[in-house]
Amino acid sequence: MSVAAFIEACRAAGLGLLGTDSDALRPATTVDVAAPDWAAAARVARALDLRWAALWADEVADGLRVHCCLEGGGRYLVLRTHVAEGEALPSHTPIYPAADRPERHARDLLGLQLADHPDPRRWTRHAAWPAEVHPLRGDRPLRPEGLGPTPTDHHYPFVQAEGRGIVEIPVGPVHAGIIEPGHFRFQAVGEIVLNLEERLGYVHKGIEKLAVGRDAEGLARLAGRVSGDSTVAHAWAACQALERAAGIEPPPRAIWLRALMAERERIANHLGDIGAICNDVGFAFAQYQLTRLKEAWVRASAAAFGHRLMMDRVVPGGVAVDLAAEAGAVMAAQARALAEEVAAIVAILEDSESLEDRLMTTGRLAPEQARLLGAVGYVGKASGQAFDVRRDAPYAPYDRLPVEVPCYRAGDVAARAKIRADEIGISARLIAALLETLPDGPVRAPWRSPPAPAEGLGIIEGWRGEIITYVRLDREGRVARFFPRDPSWLTWPALELLLQGNIVPDFPVCNKSVNGSYSGQDL
Amino acid sequence: MLRLFGKILRTGIVTEAPPRDDEIAALGAEVKGLVQRHFGGSLAIREVDAGSCNGCELEIHALNNPYYDLERYGVHFVASPRHADVLLVTGPVSRHMEAALRRTWEAVPAPKWVIAAGQCACDGGEFGVSYASCGAVENVIPVDVRIPGCPPTPRDLLAGILALMRRAA
Repeated sequence: MSVAAFIEACRAAGLGLLGTDSDALRPATTVDVAAPDWAAAARVARALDLRWAALWADEVADGLRVHCCLEGGGRYLVLRTHVAEGEALPSHTPIYPAADRPERHARDLLGLQLADHPDPRRWTRHAAWPAEVHPLRGDRPLRPEGLGPTPTDHHYPFVQAEGRGIVEIPVGPVHAGIIEPGHFRFQAVGEIVLNLEERLGYVHKGIEKLAVGRDAEGLARLAGRVSGDSTVAHAWAACQALERAAGIEPPPRAIWLRALMAERERIANHLGDIGAICNDVGFAFAQYQLTRLKEAWVRASAAAFGHRLMMDRVVPGGVAVDLAAEAGAVMAAQARALAEEVAAIVAILEDSESLEDRLMTTGRLAPEQARLLGAVGYVGKASGQAFDVRRDAPYAPYDRLPVEVPCYRAGDVAARAKIRADEIGISARLIAALLETLPDGPVRAPWRSPPAPAEGLGIIEGWRGEIITYVRLDREGRVARFFPRDPSWLTWPALELLLQGNIVPDFPVCNKSVNGSYSGQDL
Repeated sequence: MLRLFGKILRTGIVTEAPPRDDEIAALGAEVKGLVQRHFGGSLAIREVDAGSCNGCELEIHALNNPYYDLERYGVHFVASPRHADVLLVTGPVSRHMEAALRRTWEAVPAPKWVIAAGQCACDGGEFGVSYASCGAVENVIPVDVRIPGCPPTPRDLLAGILALMRRAA
């Protein structure tokens, strides 16, 4: 996809483009469109097969500025428009189903009015604040006075199915395991699931509002807690956005160390997930072997970087800790040994017919469905969507390294587990390559606020897939807007689709194979 | 199948001896006795994520890995608050989880205890109190033991559970 082709197609469709800029939100090109042309621009994008990736709104003096991020062939576009107070924006949801919840989120938090949106129900807002209150608005306090106990959310109008023998099963928000809270509503006939509807938003902590007024370092800390299992990835995306806004280049050694931590984070989470997927179908062997390897792995992260999850290690301008020379040698040997051991365990798993029986053809997301939903990460890669920011829109240091991207078309639980296993080996090789080429020098450049209001975009590949983070700084260099788009926004809807026709007892394993972040989505 | 058994045999037992510093070693010995005497040999914990970033859950999961093997102390996680002696609560309590947390607490039969696990659960942490967050767990339900840390390590969690045992007995 070239930006020129998109602009040409927009012109051919009779859209008035108000300007383009390839510098304002690097590496994306921004394209300003008039609000009435918002849906038409999305139709042009859909015709060109662009992936719909993100939407966020931002309050400006006389209304809202809305951004929509699209991607095609590794090139990013950000459509922007201005919606005047009281006016409605044509919805993207009828064109791109992926836009559904992000648009409702912007409606709940900022009062963005949407024309033609098929779903009037609230999404992030439950009953904690009144319907007419949009907490991200500048005139709303972060800590309003006199909030009473929060009413329950039991009047939410779930989708209904009626007929002989149909039963409805509500699950959550408090689940039976050690897991984040959310509500799932199943309609089933016997054991077969007709319909699953997710109701999330239970862990909405007001992250976007909390970011406002923070300095760069404070934002990195907050970003590191958007989703605890992706602390390195989210902090990196936020720092990348901050650094682009401020025109700061972190030293090469810092960039390499960020990548080392990100690959360690990917391996740790993949180890946990493969074990948990097998455990959910009663195959405890994998769980014990892989949690053993994971524990040793996170202990090594703590030894090298001072924290088991490497929280608060990625900071604006670089990283907070250096890697000792001897620790690098240990890390390279450990990565090699781990990859060998995982390969041996995976070979045993692949040997097991009972495991195969439970994981293959279970929870299948067809490639065409994955494409329509814009699914990324292991969910997309298991369903034919071979996209990885590290390879397809590379940022340092991946612009210097070959990144293999596994891809399958089966789209089932087994394929999603296999992607994780493949990625452990690939990341282990990347760790070796990163250590071999680790530059010398400082690990942090001093932070200085940009002299004028500025904005930046961070796009990195977390272990769940692409993370897109938008940051706007005010004239004092304080954060005016922060929006981290976790990959889970694009994979939660996939879970609803891939569960249809499966049996209720397979829900846990299907859910684990997708492993969407609740916290990263609820914000 | 032979390869599977081979792997298990070669791996052996990796469970570590209880942490070696004297205070925790003493608590460990004590807790086993306390679990035996006061809880019929088993202490049941219901974990509730009331708004965490999921970092605490990763470390709570780790308590069950073969290194820590929490169950050897007679302590195990259960699926229902009705089966629980203790609620282990993480996160600042999001306002959307406030009612669910109260109800879960009410569903635990007395006598019952609450552990606030992680910095957010102790004092609101990075998120504090806002339109969306109630902050510390004690702002919503009574708390008996606090385990700070972001997130607390499995060892911190273990020490916190042992501390609760000593208090509850």
